[in-house]
Amino acid sequence: MISENTITDFIYREAELLDTMQWQAWLELFHPEARYWMPLEWQQQDPVLQPSLMYEDLLLMKVRVERLTGERTFSQKPKSRCHHLLQAPRIVACDPAAGVFKARTSYIYTETRGDTLERFSGWASHDLVQVGDDLKIMLKRIDLVNFDAPFGNIQLFM
Amino acid sequence: MAKYGKNPRAIAGLVRDAEVHRDVYVDPEVFELEMEHLFPNSWIYVGHASQLSKPGDFITANIGRQPVMASRHTDGSIHVFYNRCPHKGVKIASEPCGNTGKFFRCPYHAWSFKTDGSLLAIPLKKGYEGTGFADTQANGGLSKIKNVVIYRDFIFARLSENGVAFEDYFGESLSTIDNMADRSPEGKLAVEAVPIRYMHTCNWKMLVENQTDTCHPMVAHESSAGTAIKVWQREQGNSTETPMAVQLYGPFMSPYEFYEQSGIRIWPNGHGHTGVANSIHSNYSDVEGYLGQMVAAYGKKRAHEILGEVRHNTVYFPNIMVKGAVQILRNFIPIAVDRTLVESWVYRLVGAPDKLYERALMYNRFINAPTSIVGHDDLEMYERAQEGLKSNGNQWVNLRRLYESGEEPDVTAVINGTSERQMRNQFHAWAKYMTMDMKQDVDQPVEAAE
Repeated sequence: MISENTITDFIYREAELLDTMQWQAWLELFHPEARYWMPLEWQQQDPVLQPSLMYEDLLLMKVRVERLTGERTFSQKPKSRCHHLLQAPRIVACDPAAGVFKARTSYIYTETRGDTLERFSGWASHDLVQVGDDLKIMLKRIDLVNFDAPFGNIQLFM
Repeated sequence: MAKYGKNPRAIAGLVRDAEVHRDVYVDPEVFELEMEHLFPNSWIYVGHASQLSKPGDFITANIGRQPVMASRHTDGSIHVFYNRCPHKGVKIASEPCGNTGKFFRCPYHAWSFKTDGSLLAIPLKKGYEGTGFADTQANGGLSKIKNVVIYRDFIFARLSENGVAFEDYFGESLSTIDNMADRSPEGKLAVEAVPIRYMHTCNWKMLVENQTDTCHPMVAHESSAGTAIKVWQREQGNSTETPMAVQLYGPFMSPYEFYEQSGIRIWPNGHGHTGVANSIHSNYSDVEGYLGQMVAAYGKKRAHEILGEVRHNTVYFPNIMVKGAVQILRNFIPIAVDRTLVESWVYRLVGAPDKLYERALMYNRFINAPTSIVGHDDLEMYERAQEGLKSNGNQWVNLRRLYESGEEPDVTAVINGTSERQMRNQFHAWAKYMTMDMKQDVDQPVEAAE
């Protein structure tokens, strides 16, 4: 039975997989129809006819993950690393009967490469579904507090 | 030590027929002189008239590093002025865009201005009586930029009072803007959203050169476009339709022969474009209903002419690139000698199907965003160049690919698509617009770069 704790543990586990660069295991947390979305506007509603930083399906996420370890991926020489500092997730919905599980998590994200270190703040929203005994991500939405600022490269996942 | 100020012969010496000295990318003094000479002497993109649809609408921008603003006046006319109060220099508008109502009001001392920039009122005006204020520049209100041309809703300004006229400056290169606007069944484009912004720690000219560099995609983007093709081939299963995303990434991996035959066209004053015969944008899927709309609007022959022109990247010297076939404009905004803000705008084709806007937005985030894997490839190369150029071992950057001795400057020509001639064309224009209003100081040594 999926409980609020199951959701929270799932979100911590996801961050741990990213921080330890277990990319394949991370991709397996996603439903085949999932989307990873980073809006470019405040309280954005439409990922298709409004601009976003990212709006990607599993195919494109696989491309990103595969690229990270490519022999000719020069922007990963040296490699990037990341760190997620999460606040306790706020459970927005936990309804096993309806199959609706949602949480919103405030975070500070650090991405580092070589001698540079960049820090980002925002909120991650997870829409999850139950598949067998497990939860899978249908939508992960990343709202940066300064989505409108010009960034340098963001190469990993928040 | 100042080497280049008031030394146009030294500036000209930085550009040889097929080489440029590294100081054009790394020397802070050269950058300062670009701000003082090159940008004011050139026609610079300020914004799009669709961003100023109602009276009182305004946008802000920079020309070089100088803050400017454009506004829609009550009579419908568009005006461009310096974004600073004539009193103490405070910026009048601090947001990228907005609506000011009937007048602008400085937040410091409440001087107010009509939306054409003229002075409306000053509190306690009698304090200026008999002070000679009427004869000052401040009495004229916001300092207006006189040389402004709005071409098919694209607003361009030239800060220098004297210089090359708009039509002479751009000439036939305006055909790319025409083609982008003509792709709307109503002949109109609209800005509906904010641009994607991406900070680059490199000189702005590296980005401009890269727009017509057709020998890098299959090399630098093997990691992104190449991986996209590989993953799709592995994962496609029984799918018969190539996803839009793979259609956008895939052509970057086209072989040299493709780029060679597709050609480059150069124009006078540093403008030019890749993709003459065809381009990486040629083979996107048709969007249902669009061709019918175009034929209804333009007739069959003209509609096919418009849609058959699929130019790749058009550089409008000095610092924008326009992609007509996917309705994108990239603005390479210089911040410092090693810092460039790139703002990538998408235009909606008014009256065309949503799918075209969806594709343009997708292209923009795939290629031009700080989260874009293609962007990561490119920025890595620019950053390495910015670092590598500090080396004293070789002070020249080589632009000799398909160079022919006796190349005429400021001509229109179509050439092999892997030529670096458009880069040579840009640097010829660079030297011209840097030095056209620079007086030689007789005490300066001429060969500063050596």
